[in-house]
Amino acid sequence: MTLTLSSKDHEMLRGEFGPATKMAMSIVARMAEVSGAGELLHISGAHIDSTVYIGEAGLEFAERLASLGAKVCVPTTLNVSGLDEHHWQEWAVPSDWARQAHRQMIAYQSMGTIPTWTCAPYQTEMRPSFGQQIAWGESNAIVFANSVLGARTERYPDLFDICCAITGRVPAIGLHLTENRRGQLLFHLVDIPEQLQRSDDFHPVLGNLIGKAALDKVPVIEGMSVIPDEDQLKAFGAAAASSGGVALFHMIGITPEAPTLEEAFHGNVPTESINIGMEELRASRRELTHTDSSQLHMVVLGSPHFSLAEFRRLAPMLAGKRKHPDVEFLVTSSRAMTQLARKAGFLDPLEAFGAKITVDTCILTSPMLPAEIRNLMTNSAKFAYYTPGLLGRKIAFGSLKDCINSAVAGEIIRDETLWQT
Amino acid sequence: MADLTLQGKIIIPGTARGRALVGNEPLSFWGGYDWKTGEIIDRRHMLSGAIAKEKILAVPFTRGSSTTTAVLLEAIRAKTAPAGIITTDTDFFFALASVVAEELYTSPLPLVSLSVDDFAKLETDDEIQITNTGKVLITR
Repeated sequence: MTLTLSSKDHEMLRGEFGPATKMAMSIVARMAEVSGAGELLHISGAHIDSTVYIGEAGLEFAERLASLGAKVCVPTTLNVSGLDEHHWQEWAVPSDWARQAHRQMIAYQSMGTIPTWTCAPYQTEMRPSFGQQIAWGESNAIVFANSVLGARTERYPDLFDICCAITGRVPAIGLHLTENRRGQLLFHLVDIPEQLQRSDDFHPVLGNLIGKAALDKVPVIEGMSVIPDEDQLKAFGAAAASSGGVALFHMIGITPEAPTLEEAFHGNVPTESINIGMEELRASRRELTHTDSSQLHMVVLGSPHFSLAEFRRLAPMLAGKRKHPDVEFLVTSSRAMTQLARKAGFLDPLEAFGAKITVDTCILTSPMLPAEIRNLMTNSAKFAYYTPGLLGRKIAFGSLKDCINSAVAGEIIRDETLWQT
Repeated sequence: MADLTLQGKIIIPGTARGRALVGNEPLSFWGGYDWKTGEIIDRRHMLSGAIAKEKILAVPFTRGSSTTTAVLLEAIRAKTAPAGIITTDTDFFFALASVVAEELYTSPLPLVSLSVDDFAKLETDDEIQITNTGKVLITR
């Protein structure tokens, strides 16, 4: 397909909106050509994953745009950075690394963005609405926006999201277009006890399994007899977007574009369905644990960022308990959710338990862990998936309750009851 | 003289030559590629431990994280990137890293895609040449 640009797109390309917009539009237009788009579409919101500091090249890109006077033209939230801006010194972050990561924060903040510093922008007031065209980075945010909210974003990489935010334009490709949002692969849950479906470790395990099987396809899940809450959908999506490239899923009777099987498949009948039973789920759960030992140095919750509802749930589970002195207990969240949680009194039991809270960042994007912390435990499949490669550390996966019990006991313990039936 | 010539689709034009590193499962560069060394570090991936620096990396497409592009861009700047990448379809994440590398460093990374059938003919350690017409020449 030949790309046709609007007259304003051409003006941006010629530099009539300044050099930063020219650079951003040249990248948007080039990628539109590469991906075979016929035109560009307007967006009305963006979320920038490029804030994550990886190295010099990403920083040079950000500072080039900033020095050219880049400004976003749509409401734009920012993903996690490499630093908890005001508390990084409490961790093992090297100060020269921190300086670079902070420069990157400043560069993206200078572009008129909203400094949310969270990987869960759907928890903020900037949550997109059904059908809204947006350009989002961050794989868990993308899959949540598309699947749970019915907003429309392609799976955008770092560096591209900011170009879309500056120009307000995206290639007319992929999940922006109705025809590409139809289900492609049907998964059918078979004999999964409702008690397990209610448990918070069910959704990440299912997401890990479906991501691996669906890869970049649109999976449709049928047979969920318990309606998941928003945090369970978050955990499911984050898992499927880590083990696979899932950017949109449909759950029949649950997500907004899938009231019925027929609607999820846009009137087509799926040719095959993949059954998921307890055996497949158990294998997926085993895969998420990458250690043979019960040794534990740290429990990490909040990948993606802990929501207010999760703080509300956690608080009574910690009341009257105290973590083992040799184990750290960390919750990562956004400033906004943490402040709300504090006002609501949810943080008092956390602090009495001995938990720490980190905002703005994620332990996967920040070199914050001291070397002696080698064995981690989490309730997040996304975190479990990336920890061995990104942090070079051992990881165990368990339910929220398993994580708390382990932190108290000082070693990894998991309740197998729900998984044995 | 090549033992096998495959016609690919040019995603980002350019020429490259190197030994093939072939994985028939998708790869995330974030958590999967160490840009300081060029090692594949996704411990669940079939290529885990292999060095892709200056090789012709063949993976069907990227999985997972949207940070893959940023990691590949760092690798291009640090000269630890593959010499070229072969996929089975247009991979937006790889293509963007190459486009931005051209913008910042005038050093794009050649990318071509092959049909699934042709992709299956590639083998690790093949001597591969990518031409500026999108041909993939294989010597083994």
